[in-house]
Amino acid sequence: MLNREQAGDIFDRIRKLSSADEVEVFFSGGRFALTRFANNTIHQNVAEDNAVISVRTVFGGRTARASSNRFDDESLRQVVRSSESLAKVQHPDPDLLPMPDAREAQADADNGNAGESARATPALPSRYFEATANITPELRAEGVAKIVRVAEKNKLTTAGVFSSAESFEGIFNSRGVAEWHAQTLAEISNTMLAPDSFGWQKANSPNVANLDAQTLAEIAAKKAIDSAHPREVPAGKYTAILEPAAVLDIVGFMFWDYAGMAILDQRSFLTGRIGTKLFGDNITITDDVRHPLQAGSPFDGEGMRRRRVELVENGVVKRVVYARATAARVKSSEFRDKVGPIAATGHGFLLPNEMGEMPVNIVFATVDNPRSVEQMIASTERGVLVTRFWYIREVEPFGKILTGMTRDGTFLIENGKISGGVRNFRFNESLIHMLSNVEAMSVPVRSCGEESFDMVVPSMKVNDFNFTEVTKF
Amino acid sequence: MKHIANWALNVATLRGASYADVRVISQRSRALSTKNGKVGSASDAESVGMNVRVIADGAWGFAASAELSRAAVEATAARAVEIAKASARVKKEDIRLAPEKPVVAEWTTPYKIDPFTVSVEKNIGLLLKIDDELRSVAGITLAETNLNFNREEQWFVSSEGADIHQTKLSTGAGYAAYSFAENEISKRSYPNSYGGQWQNKGYELIDELKLVENARRIAEEAVGLHKSDQCPEGKFDIILDSSQLGLQIHESVGHPIELDRVLGMEANFAGTSFLTLDKLRTLRYGSDLVNVVADARQEHGPGLGTFGFDDEGVPAQCTPIITNGLFMGYLSSRESAHTIGENRSGGTLRAEGWNRLPMIRMTNVSLLPGEKPLSLEQLIASTDHGIFMQTNRSWSIDDKRYNFQFGCEIGWEIKNGKRVRMVKNPSYSGITTEFWNSLDAICSRDEWTLWGTPNCGKGQPQQVMGTGHGAAPSRFRGIKVGSAFKS
Repeated sequence: MLNREQAGDIFDRIRKLSSADEVEVFFSGGRFALTRFANNTIHQNVAEDNAVISVRTVFGGRTARASSNRFDDESLRQVVRSSESLAKVQHPDPDLLPMPDAREAQADADNGNAGESARATPALPSRYFEATANITPELRAEGVAKIVRVAEKNKLTTAGVFSSAESFEGIFNSRGVAEWHAQTLAEISNTMLAPDSFGWQKANSPNVANLDAQTLAEIAAKKAIDSAHPREVPAGKYTAILEPAAVLDIVGFMFWDYAGMAILDQRSFLTGRIGTKLFGDNITITDDVRHPLQAGSPFDGEGMRRRRVELVENGVVKRVVYARATAARVKSSEFRDKVGPIAATGHGFLLPNEMGEMPVNIVFATVDNPRSVEQMIASTERGVLVTRFWYIREVEPFGKILTGMTRDGTFLIENGKISGGVRNFRFNESLIHMLSNVEAMSVPVRSCGEESFDMVVPSMKVNDFNFTEVTKF
Repeated sequence: MKHIANWALNVATLRGASYADVRVISQRSRALSTKNGKVGSASDAESVGMNVRVIADGAWGFAASAELSRAAVEATAARAVEIAKASARVKKEDIRLAPEKPVVAEWTTPYKIDPFTVSVEKNIGLLLKIDDELRSVAGITLAETNLNFNREEQWFVSSEGADIHQTKLSTGAGYAAYSFAENEISKRSYPNSYGGQWQNKGYELIDELKLVENARRIAEEAVGLHKSDQCPEGKFDIILDSSQLGLQIHESVGHPIELDRVLGMEANFAGTSFLTLDKLRTLRYGSDLVNVVADARQEHGPGLGTFGFDDEGVPAQCTPIITNGLFMGYLSSRESAHTIGENRSGGTLRAEGWNRLPMIRMTNVSLLPGEKPLSLEQLIASTDHGIFMQTNRSWSIDDKRYNFQFGCEIGWEIKNGKRVRMVKNPSYSGITTEFWNSLDAICSRDEWTLWGTPNCGKGQPQQVMGTGHGAAPSRFRGIKVGSAFKS
């Protein structure tokens, strides 16, 4: 796998090949392997090695990017030529800033001097584990075999994945930025299939020691068994208890809007709402790459260190995140007095881009009196327990109405107990309404789903969740 | 490149593979976009690599590498065999491949103008002209445009003797206008939402799309939506434009007919399918008017699912999916064909790139046009009371592909054969087979368009693939409208 020193050498070669005013090279790639199983057998088993360089050049306010996965001299010459050719024919962008130098890129994170609710945070925990990097196909097959044994013991069929990755991201620029991040990640996901029901569990971690294939399989199997012979109950408003994967998959659809560029574009549901109380008192959300349960690199697409940003405090939307140029634009815009603190927060995408920035390390705060899922069920007279959601899409952007389906373990709760499985529901629910009606939450955990990125989120008990239709299973 | 493939084939065979194929791939792409009068992104990308897919000990192994030195290629082949042997630790039966005569061939997407030869200045000039047209309409708060070009050159060589060199080219373009007013974000897109129209052809597509000519109308509709009424809720006859119907086909026909889904191989991620094997040639999928094919051949048109050979060397084919309403066929591969009693693959295995395993993907899954002459205006004129819906805005369907809900950007209420008013937030929902059985009219060939869906996600690790969907505007009777907004 490419390391920091090798990347530095490649950057030096590219710099010598370029005649641009400024040069930036973003490195990404690694080793990835995934064992996939279905019908209690391994049916796909893949591995790849790759490394990509993405070269951005600047000529007098004009910028563009070209990428390649070839590092020989001719390929580097070609990728530089492509980037420069594209850049030279652009129109000058008056909003394009000089690339940051190392001091600017690192200072904000250390000083926390650019916004009242952004502050210095601890050093990044190690996210590279040899045990994960050294996972072999045989070890993955052993993990799969454990899951298959649970399935066969319960007369079920299982499908899923066990993957392992060793990855890197790095950014170097001609003004001295040189950032590098390497990490590992292992992931297990399994679905248990019964004749007319399903159960599902998924977990990932930089450290494979945190994953327990057996336990994940047993929970999924219990869900499949307990939801067998699902009843059809009518659509309507229910108290919904959402497990963490369901929470992250649905709330993930609002974080594109927590961006300065989304405010400038007036495509954010937060337009005119920052500083107002949009959600319940019990909702506090930060973006914090250094949180011990988070993963990912501590710098953004320009090499700026990611800062901890408090997005929502006790239901009040406090601020959004910014790339450098977006912050400068918002400061001189009509929105500058309506958006809270404005400063680069280290959340920008690779330049040039249309979307600007986005928070990607979401952490929900722990409430004073967390409740377990079991306690939530016990306190519910009639409701629905949701394992996960599926195929979520935005129906109406300003009201943040989303639609989607429940999947892989949906249960009816009656008189404080799970009374059995129910056919899956379609929902049409506003996130504003949902996060204003959270009656109880568990302690947040690292969670992963399929519709949004990984987060640290709690389970939630939500009142009046709007299920609008029922499907056939 | 064939020598690279042979290095890998030799090592795979020596290490014990009973079957091996190698794909060496070079991909190039260009993406240009503008936003509110400025270039939003300008990027070129190139990716080169190879992969080895093997069967050893009766199980699959796959490994891929960007490094093409002999040592790296041979190590990759050895790794694929090692992985296959690990796979064999958890298997129920040996992999069986349907026979396929190995082909030696060259194939290239037909095109008139190589899009990579058109200057970037000209392309940016076009996008900024569109942008200018969009923003010349008062009330437009955001205008976005895009142009995309892709080329993939692939050498496929197998231990059975196949040797295929194939080059595919695709072009895409589109734009969207947004208007924010009174706590409402309205949007109109052209020629389709989420990236516009995409086809496997050259730059000639750009001229055919008449992008500039339609920009002002689209922007005016985006602004006009603010003053329009909310789409009524209830049961209505609906007419879908061809782009929305293309997505309806994709979600409620294309995905459920994927045989890997049916067999449970996608159960953990994309889901399964209501089309269990007992439904083949017995299920009344739609009304008598419904005829759907999965056609990868060039004669079907320049769809994103058009090719000469799939990624396991099987020639492009046309498979009847629904014939006069009866469900007739699945999308299959060499591994899965025997499960439906076929002795040959349907030729649908494709991969996103050199580092991905090919899997069953839609080709061009198209609803054939009506045989009797029928224009959209004639269809509207023959509708007493209904909603005409255009351009997808949201789409969602359950993991067995029964219950769906779609939202469109704009709707028009029809009364007594005439469009009487524009309506905002039109949406409809239903159950797949009930919906297709309610179809009672399809416009004819001159209203038929082969749409490209460039962003179909499937698999673990997820792969994004382009698929094609031909459709003409069609009418469906008694459909549930507006439940998305029912509070």
